Amino acid sequence: MAQFIARMPESAISCRGLVKRYGSVVAVDGLDLEVSRGECFGMLGPNGAGKTTTIEIIQGLLEPDAGEVRVLGLGWDSHEPELRQRMGSQLQETKLAERLTVRETVTMFRSFYREGCAVDEVLQQVQLQEKRDSWIVKLSGGQRQPLAVACALVCRPEILFLDEPTTGLDPQSRRQLWEIVSGFGRDGGTVLLTTHYMEEAEQLCDRVAIIDHGQIIALGSPQQLIASLGAEDVVEFALENAGSVESSALATLPGVHHVRVENGTVHLTVRRVHEAVPALMELLAQRGARLSELLTHHATLEDVFLSLTGRHLRDD
Amino acid sequence: MTSPVGGPLLQLTLWRIRDFTREPEALFWVFAFPIILAFALGLAFSSRGPAVVRIAVEDGPGGRQLHESLDSLPDIESVLLAGDEAQRRLSTGRIALVAVAGEPALLRYDSTRSEANLARLVVENAIQEVSGRRDVREIREQRVTDPGSRYIDFLIPGLIGMNIMGTGLWGVGYGIVRQRNHKLLKRLLASPMRKSQYMLSHVLARMVFLVGEVGAVLLFGHLVFGVPVRGSLFSIAAIVFIGALTFSGIGLLVASRARTIEGVSGLMNLVMVPMWIFSGIFFAYSNFPEVLHPFIVAIPLTALNDALRAVMLEGASIVAVGGLLAIVAGWGLASFGVALKMFRWE
Repeated sequence: MAQFIARMPESAISCRGLVKRYGSVVAVDGLDLEVSRGECFGMLGPNGAGKTTTIEIIQGLLEPDAGEVRVLGLGWDSHEPELRQRMGSQLQETKLAERLTVRETVTMFRSFYREGCAVDEVLQQVQLQEKRDSWIVKLSGGQRQPLAVACALVCRPEILFLDEPTTGLDPQSRRQLWEIVSGFGRDGGTVLLTTHYMEEAEQLCDRVAIIDHGQIIALGSPQQLIASLGAEDVVEFALENAGSVESSALATLPGVHHVRVENGTVHLTVRRVHEAVPALMELLAQRGARLSELLTHHATLEDVFLSLTGRHLRDD
Repeated sequence: MTSPVGGPLLQLTLWRIRDFTREPEALFWVFAFPIILAFALGLAFSSRGPAVVRIAVEDGPGGRQLHESLDSLPDIESVLLAGDEAQRRLSTGRIALVAVAGEPALLRYDSTRSEANLARLVVENAIQEVSGRRDVREIREQRVTDPGSRYIDFLIPGLIGMNIMGTGLWGVGYGIVRQRNHKLLKRLLASPMRKSQYMLSHVLARMVFLVGEVGAVLLFGHLVFGVPVRGSLFSIAAIVFIGALTFSGIGLLVASRARTIEGVSGLMNLVMVPMWIFSGIFFAYSNFPEVLHPFIVAIPLTALNDALRAVMLEGASIVAVGGLLAIVAGWGLASFGVALKMFRWE
């Protein structure tokens, strides 16, 4: 315990053995998490993995069934008012008051905090200055999310919690929001976010925890996680007439690290594309098989998730 | 550019006020509807002479003669009909009574309908008179039309009470449930906002609108129908204030757990419908059996309406209605207490 506390000053978030059950469903299953100050930390996982439950427990909005949470070295039981002053939050599915203007909404949130920035300053930051006098009901989805983040930033928080901040946004709005979050990180802020977009985790996060069934199944920087595949590239191909080649033959090709077949498409995780692809062509020519599809790409966190769970991050 | 933010209580209250004033439908139901209702009911009941009784005489022996003699009287409107048609009109309420000539004459009516009872008295009296009855004593009439004793005078305080109940429940309950449903309560919980200030902002916003909604009905009644205000305006303000606090508390209680608008609407009806019926808004609760009176008097809206009527129409002092106000306030305190314990933020 003494050791635990001694590490506190640089730790922004620290969780030990979090468990949360809903009836017989275990949403969070013994989760440990350590986020340093100034770090942007992402929880990546499919819907229903337990990300939202975890981030809400850490924010003191849900009571865990077991485990311990410390935020900025403080516990929710003893320091709730202080912690609320020092954190900013954007929750999933929050609908802000429809008939308030952008500026009125941020002003109201600003009034809850002892310290913070000027309302117009934060509107500038999220590029909503032009919409400041519009009712929220008249904003597009791509404008509402930056507003939710503005409400979180207006207290100049030490930690920013974002629960799926870009879900449902168009690519341009998404990139714009990433820019806001990166800016907060550059100024030294700590970010904990959940997402099921691997690009988001790769773009924004210093470290990522891949979460499935309420547990962390992999943890590291995006580069480390991709490197853990043992290969940096993926070759995908399919054969005409639903043809197939046995996996054992593919596995012995030079540069191939791992073979996986899914719905008639073969995924090869490879170290050296320039060696693996000619060897693959030769093998297929020997077998008299013809390609109907061939593509290669750099490995992503999606491939990491796929190799760990056999499932995709998103169903769509 | 910066501007003063003001305290959280001010901001939360402004939010409530803006939410309401930016919703035209809400403004209509709170301010215009009670006035329209008062106007319609006031017109329907205030300028009316003695009621005309609508009856049918069954076609048969002596029927036409009876019909003609009754129809010639000013307070009876009679039609001569075949038996089955007369029966149909009676059962659909288009006539109040069916008379059949003969010896003895027969009067057929539904005794649970008040206009049917009136028709029976009028028609019986008319038949006796046209048959040659001589009255043994002379009766002189004096119609009362003084302000303070007419139906509209009874109605206006009732409408004020009804409005305080409705706006308290809807204004507080609907807003809270919508915010819970939109996960906005949860978002507020993630901020350092004080829960007590959130609750208080709902009550404060109610107080702001109260001045307008009560004032509008009161002023309308006074200017258009000359409804008197015999007690002090201060007493009325105090009663209205306590009533609004109480119904805000009941609104908070009703909204403390409900997740959906449909859910809270059902609960509100459960609370409000009995009060609409029993609490003497449109008619005096003395119409109900005496065994029910102790319960009816204990309902908050009954006590509020009684207190308002006592002050407005009888000029009672605030002290004289202290007991009634204690009933109202008791409901309010109990509701707030239970609501604060039960309240769910998500």
